[in-house]
Amino acid sequence: MASPSGTPTKITQGSQTKGGIGESTLRPDGTLKVTGEFAYSSDMWHEDMLWGQILRSTVAHAEIVSIDTSEALATPGVYAVMTYDDLPTDVKNYGLEIQDTPVLAHGKVRHHGEPVALVAADHPETARRAAAKIKVDYRELPVITDEASATAPDALLVHENRDDHHAGHVPHPNIVHRQPIVRGDVAAARERADVIVTGEYTFGMQDQAFLGPESGLAVPEEDGGVHLYIATQWLHSDLRQMAPVLGLPEDKVRMTLSGVGGAFGGREDLSMQIHACLLALRTGKPVKIVYNRFESFFGHVHRHPAKLYYEHGATKDGKLTHLKCRIVLDGGAYASASPAVVGNASSLSVGPYVVEDVDIEAIALYTNNPPCGAMRGFGAVQACFAYEAQMDKLAAKLGMDPVEFRRLNAMEQGTLLPTGQPVDSPAPVAELLRRVKAMPMPPERQWESSEGADVRQLPGGLSNTTHGEGVVRGVGYAVGIKNVGFSEGFDDYSTAKVRMEVVAGEPVATVHTAMAEVGQGGVTVHAQIARTELGVTQVTIHPADTQVGSAGSTSASRQTYVTGGAVKNSCELVREKVLEIGRRKFGSYHPAWATAELLLEGGKVVTDAGEVLGDLADVLEGETVEVEAEWRHRPTEPFDLRTGQGNGHVQYSFAAHRAVVEVDTELGLVKVIELACAQDVGKALNPLSVLGQIQGGTTQGLGVAVMEEIVVDPKTAKVKNPSFTDYLIPTILDTPTIPVDVLELADEHAPYGLRGIGEAPTLSSTPAVLAAIRAATGLELNRTPVRPEHLTGTA
Amino acid sequence: MRVNFTVNGRPQEADDVWEGESLLYVLRERLGLPGSKNACEQGECGSCTVRLDGVPVCSCLVAAGQVEGREVVTVEGLADFAKQRAEGGCASGACGTSSQNAQGWDAKGSDSQTGEGTELSTIQQAFIDAGAVQCGFCTPGLLVAADEMLERNPNPSDADIREALSGNLCRCTGYEKIMDAVRLAAARQSEAV
Amino acid sequence: MDFLRPASWEEALAAKAEHPTAVPIAGGTDVMVEINFDHRRPEYLLDLNRIGDLCEWEVGEESVRLGASVPYTKIMENLRAELPGLALASHTVASPQIRNRGGVGGNLGTASPAGDAHPALLAAGAEVEVESVRGSRRIPIDAFYTGVKRNALAADELIRAVHVKKADGPQQFSKVGTRNAMVIAVCAFGLALHPETRTVRTGIGSAAPTPVRAKAAEEFLTAALEEGGFWDNGQIITPSVAKQFANLCSAACNPIDDVRGTASYRRHAVGVMARRTLTWTWESYRGARRLTEGAA
Repeated sequence: MASPSGTPTKITQGSQTKGGIGESTLRPDGTLKVTGEFAYSSDMWHEDMLWGQILRSTVAHAEIVSIDTSEALATPGVYAVMTYDDLPTDVKNYGLEIQDTPVLAHGKVRHHGEPVALVAADHPETARRAAAKIKVDYRELPVITDEASATAPDALLVHENRDDHHAGHVPHPNIVHRQPIVRGDVAAARERADVIVTGEYTFGMQDQAFLGPESGLAVPEEDGGVHLYIATQWLHSDLRQMAPVLGLPEDKVRMTLSGVGGAFGGREDLSMQIHACLLALRTGKPVKIVYNRFESFFGHVHRHPAKLYYEHGATKDGKLTHLKCRIVLDGGAYASASPAVVGNASSLSVGPYVVEDVDIEAIALYTNNPPCGAMRGFGAVQACFAYEAQMDKLAAKLGMDPVEFRRLNAMEQGTLLPTGQPVDSPAPVAELLRRVKAMPMPPERQWESSEGADVRQLPGGLSNTTHGEGVVRGVGYAVGIKNVGFSEGFDDYSTAKVRMEVVAGEPVATVHTAMAEVGQGGVTVHAQIARTELGVTQVTIHPADTQVGSAGSTSASRQTYVTGGAVKNSCELVREKVLEIGRRKFGSYHPAWATAELLLEGGKVVTDAGEVLGDLADVLEGETVEVEAEWRHRPTEPFDLRTGQGNGHVQYSFAAHRAVVEVDTELGLVKVIELACAQDVGKALNPLSVLGQIQGGTTQGLGVAVMEEIVVDPKTAKVKNPSFTDYLIPTILDTPTIPVDVLELADEHAPYGLRGIGEAPTLSSTPAVLAAIRAATGLELNRTPVRPEHLTGTA
Repeated sequence: MRVNFTVNGRPQEADDVWEGESLLYVLRERLGLPGSKNACEQGECGSCTVRLDGVPVCSCLVAAGQVEGREVVTVEGLADFAKQRAEGGCASGACGTSSQNAQGWDAKGSDSQTGEGTELSTIQQAFIDAGAVQCGFCTPGLLVAADEMLERNPNPSDADIREALSGNLCRCTGYEKIMDAVRLAAARQSEAV
Repeated sequence: MDFLRPASWEEALAAKAEHPTAVPIAGGTDVMVEINFDHRRPEYLLDLNRIGDLCEWEVGEESVRLGASVPYTKIMENLRAELPGLALASHTVASPQIRNRGGVGGNLGTASPAGDAHPALLAAGAEVEVESVRGSRRIPIDAFYTGVKRNALAADELIRAVHVKKADGPQQFSKVGTRNAMVIAVCAFGLALHPETRTVRTGIGSAAPTPVRAKAAEEFLTAALEEGGFWDNGQIITPSVAKQFANLCSAACNPIDDVRGTASYRRHAVGVMARRTLTWTWESYRGARRLTEGAA
């Protein structure tokens, strides 16, 4: 079939844009994005295409007694209706790590909104009406919604007959994974403590709330395969899960990345990928599926809600003695990334502090709540909320300044993590705290103006709830640690294909990876790396697809590190080949070809002393140099299942925040006045993009501090607020100024010394805001998000 | 049902429109103008913002049948719209467009593969220059809303900017670079005057 | 579904008479959400956008006749002096884009307790002008809300305008939401001082099955102001009076626990807003009084 409209094309940047790494070059896709021409997955269109619709369960836990599709099938305009019985192969489940997620429900539904049947029709309304005609008879089962109901002696099993690789070591089949970490002697250390503080903390279920809903277009191909245009975070992971279900070899499932409207972890799992392909293969027609916002809340995993039980001790001179903690993450009905979330939560539960004696346990539950998985900073975010609350409690109990108390216990390069792994790159935790504290404070009472109170600058904002009454300012601090890249022995690699040739007399580099550009600016950085390494101006970014090897996921703050590293590596290999050609063609003209260290700069081959040996265009005349190579970061190892010991992580990212809030203490409304951040980024490849990541991550942390939560009814396990009317994310009036102090301490193990940066600011933002609200109100506040009810005693 | 209206200065006709369809759907799926985005379809995010007879509205909440005979400007037509305004032409969107101009928005984009060389409005260029674009899904709606605000209020305070853009959600940027972009566009426009 | 496009008010009334189940659509900010989210599939949509009269307003001697479709933006911009409470309420409606489309007719037609205009209309005193082919009538706002998302309209009637009394004293509106912009009311409160009649009126949103007035609170405050000679002496209202007024406003609520807030919080917040808006309006009244006296 012909290519659909909206098929991504190569983007060449260079005639106006220059700049290698370290410069704030502009996005190559920027012009397309501001003119509305950039094609997102929901913008794809094909002549004669059908619309797919998914029927989802209306109950959380039930046996499916029967499904009757006859009336739906008989609807004019309907081309196909599919249920579990129509799946083409014996592979009927998928999953990132554990293949426990049914493509379509089989005999049972385990959460509210689980896909049950599919419809393809000639108009979305026809598809919706037909889906509504499918009769599903449910026999409801009791719902499992928390640790008590999941591990009760008579608890129903969310998944019976588990045979996954975690099944053997978990204490109960409704626990996906458990990771203990024990080190030192907590009992002895506890004896040394002069003060002990404990806390029970609750972290609500956050949604990624990316703006571009799940969508894609599946086009059947003449060879019996299918071509999927899709918004995802990891093309090859999707492919690996899809092909067996479709009954196709991987080379018959072509994947092209369409424009991605944000991700933040929510596109790490499959959503409508298999469904669209099934319908396209069944009907022989292109099928487009676009979730609306309501469906999107059911169509992707969320951030794990958590209960965190912490005990810390400290000596009276302010040194931490020990940590005992237990972190219970609710994974919901399917495993998704739960095992990795457990790994992060446990190994980073101590935070960026020196604590030698620890007794840690993290588990993820199977329940009938919505499935939870990847979201920016997973595992580490929940832990940071708890350990930073603990730090403030300890400082208060010791009568110490909270920042000084943290600095006194801050980890540094060489500190051992509770897993026994040494931190072998700069860990400027104390310095970040110093810097964020040193930033100038925002002026008081900014709402006052000559014309009275400007409500836009007050808690409640435009709603006109206060003109200054009840408003109290508070300041809070927090700092966090996030691992960068995939940990625990995962073979975390990326692939880059780089080509160099002469086009219209100019040397041009083409970079082709499968990296999912989800907004983070990876494509900008790839062009910068190619310019730096290959000395060219013009760089073409090839659309991401599965015609090149895997890039791994756009998650875990890893893409600039790993795919950036792969691009750099492939560029270096290309450079060697180019120089070989140069030596062959021109070596006899100048001895330096053979003797000097040669570089590519400004379109020329130059010696390290700066002498020009020739034009790249002449060297490459009639030649095309292309290299596709995989690149890996240093290997990691799994954590021991009993002790949690092991060199599980490859790199860390640190950020600190200072939040200044004003709270209307009578109404419980919060206005965040400023959220200052200091972060070590190793090396800012693109300073403008770095700021964008830090400010964006900070704001998502703000959201879960004061407003964002998916509310699940504990009696029915049904979602109560699946819409942007009731799941609130910060508007521009909720978001403060976010001054950023960027520190660049190179990590010698990473390309250019860079550090993954995307997640760390999401960690410390939330506890800093909570600390500031506590400071303003004097309340303990052990849960996030904090609601007006919690601030006014009306919960 | 059939709906006739003007989009970016060009008369358009959409046929077989289902009565429940929104203006957004018609623009995106029937007229090949997917620049306006479908992020929430409940008026909460502003990604679908267009100008209807000059006024910024959420196109997801306008029934297609309601735009019969009316003028719509989308992000695809924003550069031309701003250009005409700068040249002293119709700025409200409520007046007709000559057939010469009607071709304009379609013909632009000197090289759609690079994007470079495309003529942009001040606000569009400012969004690129200030780093206000990440995933870009909120961008079209923000551009239409911000452009209209600057038309009404060429020297906005920060609070004015925040109020005017409070109906446009962005999940990537934390809004700081969007603030920078609007300030930059305001400064550039006042220099140009 | 059929899309009816009457070109005049008379055509609209005729269409509504012929198809009483037809759902009127003007700004679309409620109806289209329900259609987009598949919550509603009316047999007929009755588009009112082509009836220009609905977007117009007239300022009369006593009151303002506000067309049902006058967008909130226009109310904010043009009627701040005449209808200060409604103008403030209009400013809290959703987003600029929504305020450009939505009007009071939609709030009244939907009759959701969370509609932002209701408390201001209740406090100011308003009448809803409704019409059918059978004729026109005016429904006092106090009799308009009949149940959760139900109003006093007959099936063949359409809302043409609201007649709102011009402010004879300060008015305020305040609304609580868990976000600083673009938020549906957790609860809302409107207050209007009526120095001409030496009365006060209130309106409460999202804290009962329908928008309600806090009548006991109004009576208490009216009496307290009279007894203390406050209207004449312009003294600061004593904290105990303000507190009692707030308590009575809280007591007028009959809220529920839902995903937006608890009943307990709603009661509490209405009390706080009542006290604050009383302070603001009274300070404004005293200020205006001083100015008048100064001029005299």
